[in-house]
Amino acid sequence: MADTVKNAEPTRRDFLFIATGTAAAIGTACTVWPFISSLAPDANTIALGAPVEVDLAPIAEGQIVKVFWRDTLIFIRHRTKEEIEAAENVDVATLIDPQPDDQRVKKGHEQWLIVFGNCTHLGCVPNGHEGPYKGWHCPCHGSVFDTSGRVRVGPAPSNLPVPEYKFMSDTQIVIGVADEAPAPAA
Amino acid sequence: MSHDFFPSYTPKSKLAKWFESRLPLLGFMHSAGVSFPVPRNLNYWWTSGVILCFMLVSQIVTGIFLAMFYTPHVDLAFSSVEHILRDVSYGWLIQPLHAVGASMFFLAVYVHIFRGLYYGSYKAPREILWILGVILYLLMMATAFLGYVLPWGQMSLWGATVITNFFSAIPGVGKTVVSYLWGGYAVGNPTLNRFFSLHFLLPFMICGVVILHVWALHVPGNNNPDGVEIKTKKDALPFHPYYTTKDFFAVFVFLILFAWFTFYMPRYLGHADNFIAADRSVTPAHIVPEWYFLPFYAILRAVTFQIPLGFYTIDSKLGGVIAMFGAIVVLAFLPWLNNSKVRSTKYRPLYKPFFWLFFLTCIILGWLGSKPTDGDWMIGSWHIVNYTTASQIFTLLYFAHFALLPIIGKIEKTKPLPDSIFEAVLKKNGSAKPAGSAELPNKTA
Repeated sequence: MADTVKNAEPTRRDFLFIATGTAAAIGTACTVWPFISSLAPDANTIALGAPVEVDLAPIAEGQIVKVFWRDTLIFIRHRTKEEIEAAENVDVATLIDPQPDDQRVKKGHEQWLIVFGNCTHLGCVPNGHEGPYKGWHCPCHGSVFDTSGRVRVGPAPSNLPVPEYKFMSDTQIVIGVADEAPAPAA
Repeated sequence: MSHDFFPSYTPKSKLAKWFESRLPLLGFMHSAGVSFPVPRNLNYWWTSGVILCFMLVSQIVTGIFLAMFYTPHVDLAFSSVEHILRDVSYGWLIQPLHAVGASMFFLAVYVHIFRGLYYGSYKAPREILWILGVILYLLMMATAFLGYVLPWGQMSLWGATVITNFFSAIPGVGKTVVSYLWGGYAVGNPTLNRFFSLHFLLPFMICGVVILHVWALHVPGNNNPDGVEIKTKKDALPFHPYYTTKDFFAVFVFLILFAWFTFYMPRYLGHADNFIAADRSVTPAHIVPEWYFLPFYAILRAVTFQIPLGFYTIDSKLGGVIAMFGAIVVLAFLPWLNNSKVRSTKYRPLYKPFFWLFFLTCIILGWLGSKPTDGDWMIGSWHIVNYTTASQIFTLLYFAHFALLPIIGKIEKTKPLPDSIFEAVLKKNGSAKPAGSAELPNKTA
């Protein structure tokens, strides 16, 4: 329009324009929010993700048992004396992901190794008691883990992580609960 | 449309006139699909577009029928697919048509893409047309991945695990993004449910973008093997009946291939592992995607090293994901990377070997993607190089192609272009008449 003047004082119309736009933007964001939020793990899934108790009594020495917690595979390994020794007598500094064995097990329960069961490379499931260290060997891309679940040969970049768990008694653990003195997660 | 060479639609009956004055649909269809001027020199590579349209319709039709019998639940999905194959009337046909159809769809899209690359179809004024094509390709890949998860076999589960884990590589928010993709702590029932929903949605989004793609094609019209635009009526033929006939013939030939796979080797392009129900406690010995993703899988795995940037170090996982998506996104920049004044590689003696080198690179990357990372490339007993190093070399060659394009365009001495499409056809055949034709459609010839 011919009589449009630049730098004029804001009018009532300018105010309404900005106020309407702002309200529309906030309204859109508020509308989108529940839809995005619905994609998050639902209440049922979270409830099923509560800590699980595992009875260790039936697990024989040398045996590896697979359990699931939060749809994720966990290995429970009842280590033999030789396996514990092999895990402890390692020059930690030479490891790909340096971590001493005593940080990966609970004091007084050295025979129990509890680690997540998916290779840290691309998530395959390594086979137990295989490979040069008799820990695990991943059939997908050849990663080798020792009897402490530490990576010894790549391509896996890090050790099998230790989940949060604690001993309720000598033969009972609960996975998903932090210990008073938590084992540092890898 | 910029040319009005061929007679447009004029409604004759009273009803047609009445309808056309209210919604000019018939006129639109006539101008887009009948009188639309098409370069008279198109070869058979130009039939891939119609083949793709056919495959899209075929996938949607077979998919809708499969959805009537499929159950998206982790306990039932695998057996519901078996139920389709064994119990549903003609399910043995419909399911393989859909599964083989995905491969055929990709085969056609790769022909379509390399056609565009060879003849420089992405160059001005067809940049938007090309970018819409890249978007369509990405949508196709997403749809194919989501669909492959649905039968809930071992490859479905582990493929979904590997692919969704890509997003965990995003710095900071990766873990949250992945849990929102999964709807749980791992790939599980909520994941399968939402993947089914999205697998149903995406083809219709593809339809939408296809409409834009065809619209963007109809503004400048088709590129052609000689890469010179239509100038006079002599350069063009009406789409119908000349190209409708040719396209339908090509579709029928393509259907022979499609039928051959469907009836004689319906599982040849798949993996035996996907006939084992998904099992979280065991992984297949060798996880590989479907053949059409293999070159990108090779690029993903080629990044086995960290990339230090000073302020931030990109680990190998994120680096691989960036390289893989980069390999697709870089295509969108082609119209500006290729600065040659000449479109068609026919007239580009220096670029031609580079095009074929790029084609070969893609094939070899695909082959490497199917190999385990820890193996070695042998010819007889002669050790060439291990697969990971080979993937790195060919990934470098892949990206080098795009980096070299502006340089090639600058130093290349191109061959002289024909003055017109008509002249090019005349030179090739000695006559502008299509072989066996009695009379040209327009007397001006």
